[in-house]
Amino acid sequence: MTQERKPRFTSLSGLDIARVYSADDLKAWDPKSDLGRPGEFPYTRGVYPTMYRSRLWTMRQFAGFGTAEDTNRRFKYLLQHGQTGLSVAFDLPTLMGLDSDDPRARGEVGYCGVAVSSLEDMEHLFDGIPLDQVTTSMTINGPAAVIFAMYLAVAERRGIPFERLGGTLQNDILKEYIAQKEWLFPPEPHLRLIVDTISHGAKHVPKWHPVSISGYHIREAGSTAVQELAFTLYDGLTYVEAVVKAGLNVDAFAPQLSFFFNVHNDFFEEIAKFRAARRLWAREMERRHHPKDPRSLQLRCHAQTAGCSLTAQQPMNNVVRTTLQALAAVLGGTQSLHTNSMDETLALPTEEAVKLALRTQQIIAHESEVTNTVDPLGGSSYVESLTNRLEEGAREYFRKLDAMGGMVRAIEHGYPQREILDASQRYQREVERKERIIVGVNEYVEPDEQRIPILKIGPEVEKAQVDRLASLRARRDSFKMAGTLEELQEAAAGDDNLMPYLLDAVKAEATLGEICAALKEVFGTYKEPVVL
Amino acid sequence: MTVAAKPLRVLIGKVGLDGHDRGVKLVARALRDAGVEVIYTGLHQTPEQIVNTAIQEDVNAIGLSVLSGAHNHLFPRVLELLKEQGAEDIVIFGGGIIPDDDIPRLKAAGVRALFRPGTATDEVVKFVKGLRP
Repeated sequence: MTQERKPRFTSLSGLDIARVYSADDLKAWDPKSDLGRPGEFPYTRGVYPTMYRSRLWTMRQFAGFGTAEDTNRRFKYLLQHGQTGLSVAFDLPTLMGLDSDDPRARGEVGYCGVAVSSLEDMEHLFDGIPLDQVTTSMTINGPAAVIFAMYLAVAERRGIPFERLGGTLQNDILKEYIAQKEWLFPPEPHLRLIVDTISHGAKHVPKWHPVSISGYHIREAGSTAVQELAFTLYDGLTYVEAVVKAGLNVDAFAPQLSFFFNVHNDFFEEIAKFRAARRLWAREMERRHHPKDPRSLQLRCHAQTAGCSLTAQQPMNNVVRTTLQALAAVLGGTQSLHTNSMDETLALPTEEAVKLALRTQQIIAHESEVTNTVDPLGGSSYVESLTNRLEEGAREYFRKLDAMGGMVRAIEHGYPQREILDASQRYQREVERKERIIVGVNEYVEPDEQRIPILKIGPEVEKAQVDRLASLRARRDSFKMAGTLEELQEAAAGDDNLMPYLLDAVKAEATLGEICAALKEVFGTYKEPVVL
Repeated sequence: MTVAAKPLRVLIGKVGLDGHDRGVKLVARALRDAGVEVIYTGLHQTPEQIVNTAIQEDVNAIGLSVLSGAHNHLFPRVLELLKEQGAEDIVIFGGGIIPDDDIPRLKAAGVRALFRPGTATDEVVKFVKGLRP
């Protein structure tokens, strides 16, 4: 027998992988109930019968930096080069519900994304972009309801009916506590805001996706594929339960829920993750809520290649990593995709780098011919076996989370946070012991590396934002604005849906920071359990 | 009579609004496992909070993680506050998404070491252990 290279072969998430897979590994697997047909329960093979033969995935590059005008120019550049949807990255002050002139925003304005403090900023951000023709995804969570209100107010000013607006609000606070760590309030009031945005969307903005339940950041924080799958879907079930409890019929909102996954390096494990996610969601929604509308069972998702897999060393290699990850997302059946740019471990991407990332998707879509058939790997003993194991692994976490009394309690105990940290430490050790090779980092290292050009943001962005806010505060009707904040606070103390109050406040030109500060007075703040 | 050496005390912190804490926690765990006394601040600390904690906890060094691009403001601000408090003897080091071009300026301002993405935790441990006079 030929000696193998190592005693144990494991997936990136640590699952043991056998030398070869065959029908013997699928004895309990029933192609009728476990695989099914594309567009049919349990949707393992995809949510649509024809998938990419009818419509390619949406190519949606996440973008945002500097002022609203800077980002507006980048949006137009991307649309001009064939991108089919927009995706907004906000800067950290905005993500934390702070205005650009807040002392805590010093040095951070326009760096990680675009600064949006007021309705005026939002208008500049979408200047000249037809909101009824382009769908917009907005990565914002803590202050998501306020940003949603601003977007709706921009549409209203332009005379675009809400029914024609399409897009996505990330609005997933549970994964913030678990992984991304940008929250404003304690979990309960945040959950209420999510219920409010979902209910308001279902009634007035029917094509909108009011929440994008996200595993991306959980994976970036160091989780395994199984943890990403488990915590994300469990978060989704938590939201569904909260909205149903608030009195909405499951079919009134569940078809508009969307998901967001990471695509990491382990090609087959990632493909299996997408397939397992669809099957697990369909089965759990059926079992828990018995929806009548089949769309309530269908998990539709966006995917982004793994930022944490990219290296600062030999950055051009990142193009290759991203290509493989993007291909896995497509073979997994994603509805929408962002491909990372090669320079993102150094700074925000340059125009050239982001164009190459977009071209990567276009080459997969138009040249590789992988889009010719639906779920081309369906029936593969290896892929089906991995799909089964990922689903089983996630179910095991579901049982633990149920036993803890649900996700909010688990977060308060630091449970998902600790699971992720332990997994990330295991991975780091494997890399440092060279049990996993990262090209250019722990092997094939080059002492003198070629540098690539990077994007720089200057302090003038902060100055422009501070000046613009000062003139806004001087110009607006402060009495009227303050009145809307008082009404918002009264409503927040009661049970009303807060969306109409937020719309009134943003239209009266209350700033993001002022609105969030008013809500904090009612809702309080959150101190995380420090897990180390 | 010889006095037993005091263990090294290091404050490991997230300064600014950035929530990326994967790297900083791995560094904190690695230092702790190597016998260093680690004070971890948790997230969203202002430069003032970092400096106050460092002085109260009487640390030898402060390690800051910044992945948000705000390093050019936050590192110099922490150094400035330490100087104001007469605590310049506390060593500052850090890591995160910090472009090569920014490193000389930050070092000139007084940041002792900056670790790029991809750094092995051993390297950070070696650096911290080397701080003992």
